Amino acid sequence: MSKLALKNIRKNYGPVAVVDDLSLDLHQGELVTLLGPSGCGKTTTLRMIAGFIELTAGTIEVDGQPISSAQRTVAPEHRGMSMIFQSYAIWPNMTVAENVGFGLNVRRTPAKEAQQRVHEMLELVHLAPLAQRYPAELSGGQQQRVALARAMVVRPEVLLLDEPLSNLDANLREEMAQEIRRLHDEFKFTTVYVTHDQSEAMTISDRIAVLNLGRLEQVDTPWKLYNQPRTPFVAGFIGQTNLVGGSVRAGRITLNGLNGELAAQPGMPQELASARLSIRPQSLYLGPAVAGAVAMGWVSVVSRTYLGEHWNYLVRPRSGGELLKVHAPPSCLLEVGQECALAIDPGGVAVLG
Amino acid sequence: MPSVSDVVRPAGIRGAAPHRLADPALWLFGALILLLAFLVANPILRLIWDSFLTADGSLTLSNYVLALGRSRHLQALLNSLMLGAAVTLLALALGVPLALAVSRTNMPLRGLTHLSVLAAFVMPNFLGAIAWILLAGPNAGWINRLWIALFGGAGGPLNIFSFWGLACVIAFYTFPLVYVFTKSALDLVSTELEDAAAIHGAGKFRTLTRVTLPLVLPSIVGAAILIFLESVALYGTPALIAIPAGINLATTQIASFFENPMRIEQAAAFAMPILALTVVMLDLQRRILSRKGFVSVSGKGGERRPYDIGLWKWLLLGYAGAVALLTVVLPLAILVLASLSKAWGRGVATGNLSLANYHAIFFQQLTVRSALVNTVVYAVVTALVCVGTGLCVAYATQRRITPWPGLVQFLALAPIAVPGLILAIGLYAAYAGPPLSLYGLGVLIVIAFTTRFLPIAVTACAAAVRSLNPELEEAVRVLGGGRITVLAKVVFPLLKKTLVGVFILIFVVCTKELSTAVFLTGPASRVVSVLTLDLSEQGNYEILAVMGVVLVAITTLVVALGMRVAGRDFMLRRP
Repeated sequence: MSKLALKNIRKNYGPVAVVDDLSLDLHQGELVTLLGPSGCGKTTTLRMIAGFIELTAGTIEVDGQPISSAQRTVAPEHRGMSMIFQSYAIWPNMTVAENVGFGLNVRRTPAKEAQQRVHEMLELVHLAPLAQRYPAELSGGQQQRVALARAMVVRPEVLLLDEPLSNLDANLREEMAQEIRRLHDEFKFTTVYVTHDQSEAMTISDRIAVLNLGRLEQVDTPWKLYNQPRTPFVAGFIGQTNLVGGSVRAGRITLNGLNGELAAQPGMPQELASARLSIRPQSLYLGPAVAGAVAMGWVSVVSRTYLGEHWNYLVRPRSGGELLKVHAPPSCLLEVGQECALAIDPGGVAVLG
Repeated sequence: MPSVSDVVRPAGIRGAAPHRLADPALWLFGALILLLAFLVANPILRLIWDSFLTADGSLTLSNYVLALGRSRHLQALLNSLMLGAAVTLLALALGVPLALAVSRTNMPLRGLTHLSVLAAFVMPNFLGAIAWILLAGPNAGWINRLWIALFGGAGGPLNIFSFWGLACVIAFYTFPLVYVFTKSALDLVSTELEDAAAIHGAGKFRTLTRVTLPLVLPSIVGAAILIFLESVALYGTPALIAIPAGINLATTQIASFFENPMRIEQAAAFAMPILALTVVMLDLQRRILSRKGFVSVSGKGGERRPYDIGLWKWLLLGYAGAVALLTVVLPLAILVLASLSKAWGRGVATGNLSLANYHAIFFQQLTVRSALVNTVVYAVVTALVCVGTGLCVAYATQRRITPWPGLVQFLALAPIAVPGLILAIGLYAAYAGPPLSLYGLGVLIVIAFTTRFLPIAVTACAAAVRSLNPELEEAVRVLGGGRITVLAKVVFPLLKKTLVGVFILIFVVCTKELSTAVFLTGPASRVVSVLTLDLSEQGNYEILAVMGVVLVAITTLVVALGMRVAGRDFMLRRP
């Protein structure tokens, strides 16, 4: 049985559906990320799970017990969850230890045990020496750790994180993402994580649920989401891609404007008269064909940008298809207007249906 | 591996999710709203209802005919409107230049000027009126006597018992409102806007008249409307100055309805046009202030440099000094001198100075001492009740906990639209007689003050609650704390300083309040403001001066304390 289940939940503000018929199941101990651009409904979904927003339709269940439905919403304080907020929401009037101990206090944990658990938790997030400080004296990363400790020390049924890293600077963000994953591996709380940053989502998640305009596009592991996107939105949102028209006939893929055929991978549709296909820029090769890649005819370079780690080429197929983005190694040096052969690694192609 | 992780299955508390009606916060807020409805709706509805009643309780329109049908009564209304206009002009002339000087120029002593305006705000207007009677009474006024001593002649040049004398004294103690509104708007004007005018070729004067002043004009107009309404509704200074001067005003007319034979129903009917005027003008003011076209109030961006105004700064400083002299320094000096005089009419002379008056009010004249004690006690209790209720109402409406938060907020703010003396009619009708029979009891004064000043508390608390990030409260909820825990552990501790500021603000306005109290106090519940009228009628100015000095000393102390706790600007903030 799933630990947390969202069943066809919907939230309307007036006539507008912010979250539209969304269903999602989390197993015990799983970390699932809600990923999407701003306004996609991911934070609304999280706040519905927490009990701050009432549902328009559908139900939310924990261990098979409904906690939210259109009729009844169990108050947030009776859900046994905890949450990490975008602003961290560390109470400035309490010390670090008081902040972390708050949830235990409210749960009437015996003072001695509470003290013990707060101490162990602070050790775990490397904040033990700062237990008596006030939040104003802490750095952003330290405040973030206080928020983590405060949320985890109560051993929540479900742990919710609302864009917890968006206020940190870039290098600290990566470090904290790893820290969150480490703590998750240690405690195995069932966790819902909200972010708009795809690399953050890939670092942290067991599975990622991609949301767009209030609807669920795809739920999958990071690997499958990247390599087997099922919708144009997912293909474009997770990493860069080229969206090309084409068709699949008897397991052979043809791409509009390109000569040559690819074999459809197992699990892909084998027959589709008109398909959208996603081709990753790093699965396209310019120049002599690499082993395993399929030659697709000739292209000419339209523009190029050098980004240090790789070249960004924009090429036009000689037979007149759409422009394609190609990531090429620094050694692959081509002038604008120059022609060369194009090859595709079939592993980087996905049929979007 | 640490023991925290031993229990992988979390210890949930969800199993015992109680019914939503079991939340004690709901009951607290529910009770509060009932209290609010009682406090606010009761007197206002009684006021309107009674205006249609005859003395024996049947419905009639004759009160309106009697109250508004006589030319003397209509003249009183007209006089009040003229007075309001005159005071507004004077207050603008006093407040706008000072606000400009303090906010935008390099005039020296800006901090001191700001403090002098604060002092004028703290000074009760009835005390200012007494001081100006002592200074500029036609024969015995000290300025007039100084004039006669210097230049000879039969009489001095000043007569406070005149229309313009009255208007000046009222303006002296209401202009801080203009100052606050203008200054807080100016404080938000980014220098970049003025620089933009300068780079397009406007000189300093043109920049001021074409850019800066138009930007803050809505705020100035908003303040002007408040001043107009306040002076139309003011009772204290008119009672002290207009009655001897023979000027009949709306408020003094209302008071005369309360003399024998008492005609409360006529008073209520007579008050209706003023009430209607107040409601309409406040609505106008709100609309002017909420106009979004003026970007100046965005409060963001751009450094702010004071304008170098060259030699003009000395002129401005002179003006600021003159205002301080007229509003604060001279009145306080004369009060202190009079309080130390055996007979103030004899002036400063050896043999006329003594501390006997102070001894008298503390150890002999117990009416004065008890009035001082009453004032302080009622002010403290009112301030506590207002802050507590205000915080809960503001929190419940800002966080949309109660149903119809808009209606609740409207109820809490409605007393703003009822002038003090008119509210007093309603309060008298609602509480003085049976079944409550609270007349003459201290609790009635506290109810009256609470009703009148609750809007100030609610507005200030709402601003404070808005400044809190709701996530701080949600963090409590999600960790298992109820709404009461949120209030006790997070909201209250975080807003402590602001709440102290609100407490003191309400304490101060309570000590100044006269009009609400005037019909409601009995012998045992006299407050300083009401006793001032009695003592002034008896001509007992020495005792009055002592009482005033003591009151000013108390409020100054409290305000100074507040500035330590809540910051320099907590009193003079735009509401």
